[in-house]
Amino acid sequence: MSSASLANTASSSAPEYYDDLIKKFVIAAAFWGLAGFLAGDYIAWQLAFPVLNLDLEWTSFGRLRPLHTSAVIFAFGGNILLGSSFYVVQRTCRASLFGGNGFGSFIFWGYQLFIVLAATGYLLGITQGKEYAEPEWYVDLWLTIVWVAYLVAFGGTIIKRKEPHIYVANWFYLAFILTIAVLHLGNNASVPAVLSGGEFTKSYIVWAGVQDAMTQWWYGHNAVGFFLTAGFLGMMYYFVPKQAERPVYSYRLSVVHFWGLTFLYIWAGPHHLHYTALPDWLQTLGMTFSVMLWMPSWGGMINGVMTLSGAWHKLRTDPVLRFMVASIGFYGMSTFEGPLMSIKAVNSLSHYTDWTIGHVHAGALGWNALVSFGVLYFLVPKLWNRERLYSLRLVNMHFWISTIGIVLYIASMWVSGIMQGLMWRTYDSLGFLQYSFIETVEAMHPYYVIRAAGGLLFVLGAVLMIYNLWRTARGDIRDEAPMGLDNTQAAPAAE
Amino acid sequence: MQAMLERNVVLLAIATIITISIGALVQLVPLYTMETTIEKVDGMRPYTPLELAGRNIYLREGCYLCHSQMIRPFRDEVERYGHYSLAAESMYDHPFQWGSKRTGPDLARVGHKYSNAWHVAHLTNPRSVVPESIMPGYPFLVDRPLSTDKIVGDMKTLRVVGVPYTDDQIENAQADMLAQANPDEGDADAVLARYPKAAVGVFDNNPSTLTEMDALVAYLQMLGTLVDTKSYQTSPDGR
Repeated sequence: MSSASLANTASSSAPEYYDDLIKKFVIAAAFWGLAGFLAGDYIAWQLAFPVLNLDLEWTSFGRLRPLHTSAVIFAFGGNILLGSSFYVVQRTCRASLFGGNGFGSFIFWGYQLFIVLAATGYLLGITQGKEYAEPEWYVDLWLTIVWVAYLVAFGGTIIKRKEPHIYVANWFYLAFILTIAVLHLGNNASVPAVLSGGEFTKSYIVWAGVQDAMTQWWYGHNAVGFFLTAGFLGMMYYFVPKQAERPVYSYRLSVVHFWGLTFLYIWAGPHHLHYTALPDWLQTLGMTFSVMLWMPSWGGMINGVMTLSGAWHKLRTDPVLRFMVASIGFYGMSTFEGPLMSIKAVNSLSHYTDWTIGHVHAGALGWNALVSFGVLYFLVPKLWNRERLYSLRLVNMHFWISTIGIVLYIASMWVSGIMQGLMWRTYDSLGFLQYSFIETVEAMHPYYVIRAAGGLLFVLGAVLMIYNLWRTARGDIRDEAPMGLDNTQAAPAAE
Repeated sequence: MQAMLERNVVLLAIATIITISIGALVQLVPLYTMETTIEKVDGMRPYTPLELAGRNIYLREGCYLCHSQMIRPFRDEVERYGHYSLAAESMYDHPFQWGSKRTGPDLARVGHKYSNAWHVAHLTNPRSVVPESIMPGYPFLVDRPLSTDKIVGDMKTLRVVGVPYTDDQIENAQADMLAQANPDEGDADAVLARYPKAAVGVFDNNPSTLTEMDALVAYLQMLGTLVDTKSYQTSPDGR
C-alpha cells in the first residue's frame, strides 16, 4: 500500500510517517473551522437582529450556540490537535504511528462521527444541558472509545521512540489527552432514562445542584486549561521553533511551565461560580489559584516568544511566523485578563456579562485560531510535498483581516460587558434601580453589530486561508513579489 | 526526577495524573461530604411531572445559555430579582441550571411574577409584549402536544440519581400531568397534596390539549417559589 508516504527524505534512517492520515485531519480542521466560524457569526447577528432566529426550533440561538461552541472547540480545535499531535509525535520520536494507518483511520473517522452525532443532536434538541458538555450519554460513550484509541496510538508511538528523551511538546499533548479523559468521565457521569423506560436520547446527570455546578466548572475551566491551552502549547513548542528555525528559548522554563500549569490549572474552576451558592472557601481557593496561574502562563508565553531570539527579522518576511507570534501575544493577554476577572471584586461586575464572552474570544480567536492557522500554513506544503505556499501575500492579508476582526470583537465586548454590568447596578438619586433590564438589552445593540462585523472579517480570513491552502495542495504558486521587498525606505536586514 | 520522567512515558503519565488530581480532590471531595454545603430549608420538593417535562423543554431549547438561575447576594440583584439563591433550591436539579450569562434576565425567582397569558404571549412572540426583546420566538410550543408516556421513565431515572420520588408520585405521574394543566378534568387537589405549592391551571388557555407550552409555563411559574425566603431573613430588630 502506498498510502503512507515518506515525508522526510533527507534522513535515510527516518521511519515511515503516516502523513496521509494527517492530511485528513488538516482537511477536517479547515472544514469544521469554517463551519464553526460561520455558525458563530450567524448567532452573533441573531443577537443584533432577533428575526434571524426564524421562529424555527432548529435555527434558534439556544440550539445553534452549542453547535458553534462544539464546532470550533471540539471539531476545529480537536482535529488540529489530533492531527498535529500525530505529526509531532512521529517526528520527535523518530517512529511511525503506533497501530499504523488503519488504527489511525479509525481514530479519524471515529472522531468525525462523534462530531456529527453531537452536532445533529443539538439541532434536534438532544442535549445534557451542560455548557461545553452538551452531547448525550451515547455520544459520550462513543467519544470515550475513540479517545482511549487516541491515547493508545499517541502513547504507543512514544514508547517505540528512537530518541532517548520525550520532547516537551509531547508532555503537553499527553497531559491534554489524559486530563480531558478524566474530565470527560467525571463531568458526564449520567444514567440513561431508557433503562427505566424513558427516551433513548435522554439521561440524567448523577450530580445535582451545587455539586453539579462545581463538577461542571471543574470540567469547563479545564477544558479551556487542557484542551485549549495544554494541547495548543504542545503545538507551540514544536511549530514555533520549526518555523523560526531556532531552538526553544529555555528548557528549564519549559519544565517549570509544564508542571506549574498542570498543577495550578485544575484548581481554577470555582472562579466561574463567584458569589453563587457555592461555599465561600471554594470561591476563595479558586480565585487564589487563578491568580497564581498567571505566572506559569506568562512563563510559557515568554518561552514561546523568546524562541525568536535572533530571528526577529523573520517576522517581516514570514507571515506564517507572524500568525504564531501574534497568537502567543494573545495567549499572554488573555492569561492576564483571566486572573484579573477571577478576582471576586472584578468578577462581581464581569460575571454574566459580555466581558466574559470577549475574554473567551480573545483566547479562542487570538490564541487558538491564530496558532492553528499558522500550523495549517506550515503543514499543507509539507504534507502535499510542495515547495512553498501558493501565496504568502494572501497569508499576510489573512493575518490582518482576522486580527482586525478580533480587535473589533473583543473591544466591543469589553465596552458592552462593562457597560451592562454597570447599568445593572446603577441607582438613581432616589435610591431606585436606574435601568430596567430591557434598557440594558437595548444599549447592547450597536456593540452586537460591531462584534458580528468583526466576526464576519474573521470568517472572510478563513475563506482566504482555505483558498490559499487548496491552491497550495494543487501545486500552484502565485506570481507575486516576495514578502518584505516592497519596503522602499529600508534596505534588507544586514544580519 | 525530570530526567527520569521524560525518559519514561508511563511514569510521566502517572506523575501528570497525580498532579492534576490534587486540586480536583481537594475541591470536589469535601463538597460532596460536608453537611454545610447545602443548608437545611423547608419547602423543597421534587418537580411535578409537568414541571419536569417543562424543565426538559427548557434544557432542549438551550434557555440556560442566555438566562441564569442564580441570584447573587448584591443589593441590586436582590432588588431586581428577589432573595439571593440558596444552594438547597437546586438540590434536585440534575443538571444544575445556574447558567453563566445574562443575555436575558435571571429566572431563579420568575415564578408568579407574570401571568400565564403573559408567558404564553411572550414565548410565542417575545416582541409582542417586550418590543425591544432579542429573545427567539417559540411559536411551535403552543401547537405541539406533550407526550406523557415517557415521564415515568424520567422520574424513575431521577430516583436512581437521588431525587426522592415516592411510589405514589410515580404511579400517578400521567394523571398528575394532565390534572395540573386541566384542573377541571383531573384531581388537582391530589396534585397539590403530592406537590405542595405547584401552580395549577390551564396554562395555555387551551384545555382540550396538553401542550409543550403548558409544561414550560408550569415550570417557569414554580421557579423560586418553593422556599419561603421571608422566614430565613433576619432583620436587625429580630422580627
